[in-house]
Amino acid sequence: MATLELRDIRKSYVAHEVIKGVNLDVADRDFVVFVGPSGCGKSTLLRMIAGLEEITSGELLIDGKRVNEVGPADRGLAMVFQSYALYPHMTVRQNMGFALRMAGIAKAERERKVAEAARILQLEPYLDRRPKELSGGQRQRVAIGRAIVRNPRIFLFDEPLSNLDASLRGQMRIELARLHQELDATMVYVTHDQVEAMTLASKIVVLQAGKVEQIGSPLELYHHPANLFVAGFIGSPRMNFLEARILGADGGGVRVALRSGAEIVVPAAMGGAQAGGTATLGIRPESLRPDPEGPIAGEVRLAERLGGLTLLHVTLAGGEPLVVQIEGGDRTGAREPIRLAVDGAACHIFDESGQALPALERHPLAA
Amino acid sequence: MRTTGRQLLLITILGWGVALLLFFPIFWMVLTSFKSEVAAIEVPPRLLFTPTLESYAEVQARADYLHFALNSVIVSVGGTVLALALGIPAAYAMAFHPTRRTRSTLLWMLSTKMLPSVGVLVPIYLLFRTFGLLDSRAGLVVIYALMNLPIVVWMLFTFFKEVPGEILEAGRMDGARTGAEFWHLLLPLTVPGIASTGLLSLILCWNEAFWSLNLTSSEAAPLTAFIASFSSPQGLFFAKLSAASTVAVAPILVFGWLSQRQLVRGLTFGAVK
Ligand SMILES: Nc1ncnc2c1ncn2[C@@H]1O[C@H](COP(=O)(O)OP(=O)(O)O)[C@@H](O)[C@H]1O
Ligand SMILES: [Mg+2]
Repeated sequence: MATLELRDIRKSYVAHEVIKGVNLDVADRDFVVFVGPSGCGKSTLLRMIAGLEEITSGELLIDGKRVNEVGPADRGLAMVFQSYALYPHMTVRQNMGFALRMAGIAKAERERKVAEAARILQLEPYLDRRPKELSGGQRQRVAIGRAIVRNPRIFLFDEPLSNLDASLRGQMRIELARLHQELDATMVYVTHDQVEAMTLASKIVVLQAGKVEQIGSPLELYHHPANLFVAGFIGSPRMNFLEARILGADGGGVRVALRSGAEIVVPAAMGGAQAGGTATLGIRPESLRPDPEGPIAGEVRLAERLGGLTLLHVTLAGGEPLVVQIEGGDRTGAREPIRLAVDGAACHIFDESGQALPALERHPLAA
Repeated sequence: MRTTGRQLLLITILGWGVALLLFFPIFWMVLTSFKSEVAAIEVPPRLLFTPTLESYAEVQARADYLHFALNSVIVSVGGTVLALALGIPAAYAMAFHPTRRTRSTLLWMLSTKMLPSVGVLVPIYLLFRTFGLLDSRAGLVVIYALMNLPIVVWMLFTFFKEVPGEILEAGRMDGARTGAEFWHLLLPLTVPGIASTGLLSLILCWNEAFWSLNLTSSEAAPLTAFIASFSSPQGLFFAKLSAASTVAVAPILVFGWLSQRQLVRGLTFGAVK
């Protein structure tokens, strides 16, 4: 059992506030991912949880107990650093056994636990090597192994995959997900890569400039982004944003008009928005499809063919850019006029302040 | 940077030139020590002569070399150990828990080296007299440690700074407290740097003359005092002075030669990895 609670956590460097009041509950066995652009304060937040950075104000509770004043050595957490931070003068075996040695665990027991972790991570052949004799992926696994042997209350990861090449990153992502299941552990993971966040998290915390933008499951954030920032950050390729005017609401939802005059009904409630006000319509590239009868007209500028999928970069009549994701088998190519149909139910409306209008119905997978 | 053959030749000549210029006095001293007193002051000096050990014999007869050498070893090693013992915790604090004033503190420490020693001779002399430290090895150990402390702290600070902070943080996450962090992580990672710092301190102590001449007379006098004793009272006897100097610097020259790799690495302050 391990839970983590953050109560209005803040961090200031001199007069400069970098974490501006974060509240979060991490339940036992959660896989929580902090995601956000570089410099938004993810590492700072994680390091405060670890005890490596002092908490300026607010409360941090582990298993219900305040730990603000407890040092990193006594919090019972394990951390995997972006740089791996392996001990260069120790062998893999010694690296993984170091925490146990610090805890005063007998040698035989230590050996057994290291061997067990090495088996899980397929590091057995490398136990007597030093970190500089390992590849990036192997070092990464040693860093993870060093965390696992301790059987910590909570695992902390700071961008652990960002130094790996793309294929290895994909492989390690799967391995981490497997580890999470196998170890039944609570994990807090930091990344700037929304794909990592989507695939690993049971709960995503989107951060921007030291503030939480939204907390929710991956599909919740994908289907019900709370604001423009989250909508633009989660999902790849990025959501399209079009300028729109709110015409009004009826039983089917809110009706908006695009600059071209095309009208779309989105199943949402007006919330605080006013009829006649300006808004932003968000459409994911995968919710658009070519349709000769469609209400949106434009011209294809570029067709990015990825094989299974093709991304059409379209310029609308009014000059606004739009990305459309279509089947790889579709022949639509560059310099062709195109008409697009859109499923209103998959669209989002954001009011002038960038907040999403509440959806009438929750997506079934985003309970 | 690409060097052409011509540049390489120039650099080689320059390098040899500087090296010879630096080495020449030592070479000349050793040469003179094997001359007779008469040959030593001959003008023009001769490169070819019949070598003699008479100066060495006389030096040994007149003063107990081993007594001075032992003092040199004790005060150099003692001063170095004390400087490291004080400097390591100081450098650790400055490197890993810096404050806004850390840089200034370091510069201030170094700036004390710019004060001429003679400026504090009287107060130090009086302190030594009051505490009965005159002509004691303990007194020299303290003075040598303090004398080298700024440079020792500065060098250690530079070496500690090179240790990635995340490695120590990983250690803390692994349950290492300050003591364990130092013994199991920082020390093994910076042994080469600490060794070069110690070597430099040893050499500086060995060659120190101002304090040893002013604060010791016989009991605690190291080799620098031994050399000086051949320069003053009966006028200058160059051959004997050279012989005394040669035996005084020989140990540290051999030592420096054996440890030059380590020293060069240390003196470039970790710039070459
Ligand atoms: N020691 C520090 N002193 C001053 N500002 C810092 C310090 N550490 C981090 N910051 C600032 O805090 C902000 C958040 O940094 P960080 O948590 O590393 O971001 P992220 O991990 O999301 O990229 C950045 O603007 C950074 O400049
Ligand atoms: Mg970071």
